[in-house]
Amino acid sequence: MKKLLLLGDEAIAQAALDAGLSGMYAYPGTPSTEIMEFIQNSKDAAGRNVHRQWSSNEKTAMEAALGMSYAGKRAMVAMKHVGLNVAADGFINSAMTGVNGGLIVVSADDPSMHSSQNEQDSRFYGKFSLVPCFEPSNQQEAYDMVFDAFEVSEKYKLPGLLRITTRLAHSRANIHQKAHIPEKILSLPADPLQFVLLPAIARKKYKSLLSSYESLRYENRISKYNNFKDGNRRALGIIACGIAYNYLLENIEETINDFPVLKISAYPFPSDLIKDITGRCEEILILEEGAPLLEESVRGILDDGIKIYGRLDGTVPRDGELNPAIVAKAIGLPVSYGKDVPSIVKMRPPSFCNGCGHSDMFNSLNEAVKPYGQGHVFSDIGCYTLAALPPYNSINSCVDMGASVTMAIGAADAGLFPSIAVIGDSTFTHSGMTGLLDAVDKNSSVTIIISDNSTTGMTGGQKSKATGRLEQICEGIGVLREHIRVIVPLRKNHAANALIMKAEFEYKGVSVIIALRECIQTATKRKRSETSVE
Amino acid sequence: MKNDIIISGVGGQGILSIAASIGLAAVANDLFLKQAEVHGMSQRGGDVQSHLRLSDKKISSDLIPYGEANLIISVEPMESLRYLPWLSADGWLVTNSNPFINIPDYPAIDEILKEIKKVKNHIIIDADGIAKNSGSSRSGNMVILGAASPFIDMPFQSLENAVRELFSRKGEEVVQANLKALKTGRERSIALKV
Repeated sequence: MKKLLLLGDEAIAQAALDAGLSGMYAYPGTPSTEIMEFIQNSKDAAGRNVHRQWSSNEKTAMEAALGMSYAGKRAMVAMKHVGLNVAADGFINSAMTGVNGGLIVVSADDPSMHSSQNEQDSRFYGKFSLVPCFEPSNQQEAYDMVFDAFEVSEKYKLPGLLRITTRLAHSRANIHQKAHIPEKILSLPADPLQFVLLPAIARKKYKSLLSSYESLRYENRISKYNNFKDGNRRALGIIACGIAYNYLLENIEETINDFPVLKISAYPFPSDLIKDITGRCEEILILEEGAPLLEESVRGILDDGIKIYGRLDGTVPRDGELNPAIVAKAIGLPVSYGKDVPSIVKMRPPSFCNGCGHSDMFNSLNEAVKPYGQGHVFSDIGCYTLAALPPYNSINSCVDMGASVTMAIGAADAGLFPSIAVIGDSTFTHSGMTGLLDAVDKNSSVTIIISDNSTTGMTGGQKSKATGRLEQICEGIGVLREHIRVIVPLRKNHAANALIMKAEFEYKGVSVIIALRECIQTATKRKRSETSVE
Repeated sequence: MKNDIIISGVGGQGILSIAASIGLAAVANDLFLKQAEVHGMSQRGGDVQSHLRLSDKKISSDLIPYGEANLIISVEPMESLRYLPWLSADGWLVTNSNPFINIPDYPAIDEILKEIKKVKNHIIIDADGIAKNSGSSRSGNMVILGAASPFIDMPFQSLENAVRELFSRKGEEVVQANLKALKTGRERSIALKV
């Protein structure tokens, strides 16, 4: 078949298309965004009209994908790891309902927090929800796994969780493409009550879920993604999960025969295979990208068995992503190193682009809030979070999607005045609207600034559902018309904008200021494509 | 054959076009390739890097181990120094001489060049100036790729073909400007190398 050069994300997208995908659902989030983008740019997807629009958030994406599965077709939903928190209700309960058409949930973790606020390990969600979880070690395996994850999903009638991490998602590699499988036809679940989680039904379904999980554990002994290879020497056995296996091979390519090695890429992990390696080695090293999930299980609370090295004893750092050097050190191999970075090299943190509307908005906000002192501005997830850094130093929080609005409400409840939220347009429609309804409902004294750049900027400029709708949405939620102010954050409007902000801070009720100016990146891209069309 | 290359610069400077060109050439030469990129937050004017690995054998790690890169290709001089821990003792550092200053404490350029010259094998090139003379001020990244090409174990023609393919949808004029930038960068580099 064809040979391709694809990012891990793109390999997953290509595999889903090749495996007869009918619907892709997602909200942008690094490092998962390119999965949906690849499908949106695919001629194959366009030709057979595979669903490929962005969803408002990960929860709506998850549920829509489950709906497509209900109708018997193959669906995939992708998100960054913290997005799975947003989608968790639908996700956990999709394990209870089970699926009809194959359903894959892709969660892209970001250990070392390159572009995230935490480094949670999505494999825990697999264990928590009792679904099969796949963790590819490289891009080709990610491609192949999508086919098998759909098969497993349909065999066990469960969603499959595909857990990847940044380095796999955003690294390009050669991929061998497989033959195309046709889409499934529309077919309703055989049992009309399959998706009805009334307690009496749910109790039965939970028993069957528990038993499926044990069957999966049994099946994973022979999964081609979990394999044990014995070694000539039995001093140190190595268990490597997912991408950790790559870093291991990088280090022991030539000496691999010296080590018994167990590679784990399909969960729940089979205890038999683990006993196979622990039973024949004097000591065990466990390598995992993310949290010590397997290590904790193998050690147990007593930790009185075989000597184990890993993240819990400091052999591998407890936090952060792995790399070839960390793994070399853990095995006891020499680590090469070039020269130190000269001391004159300075940090170069990300910053607002030249011509960014957020920066003018924050300049006005800083002036307007000055008389009240520090600590009044709650913010959110997006490019505008960069205002936490100098020279702006404008914001006091960045927690989760939508939390600016609701934290401002809580702080106002406690007596903070003024209490201000700054949120982007796409983040607002993702998770800010319900918070605004809370504020309206009890007439909180809060000012919500929606910094509207008419795109989802940080992830590269995906369509924002808020574009052109924000005033209507806020009015519909119940914000008084005279307290929905639209400003244009340009330097020439600086003084006037600061006055409007000041006036709304003083208003004892809910006000919304929409600071509307198109993202300079998307504006430039749009102008370029417009001229190339001519 | 095995080349481990770090490509560095500032978000928005076009390091991914360099990586994409080498990638296309690698495919044409039937080589294995791994190329880790930075997406997301750092792309907003922060430091960005790509680990690019080429080999005639299967490649395991997406990341290059410290001390094992044969080549640093940098479109910005200070950024070239940030990756010295990865450069092997006999590796080459090829960099643009023109600083991209978007931080208040950017060091004096003379100090930076002094540090670069401490690296045994280095090529410093005025990519922006050469690009302007080639007729496309935006092709500085292709000048740098050209300057790095003598240290990449692939026929130069395959890089030219890759650049042609990469820019083909932007029209023949853009293709020619980038090819000229690539070629001039290579010629200057070969002259400096001796």
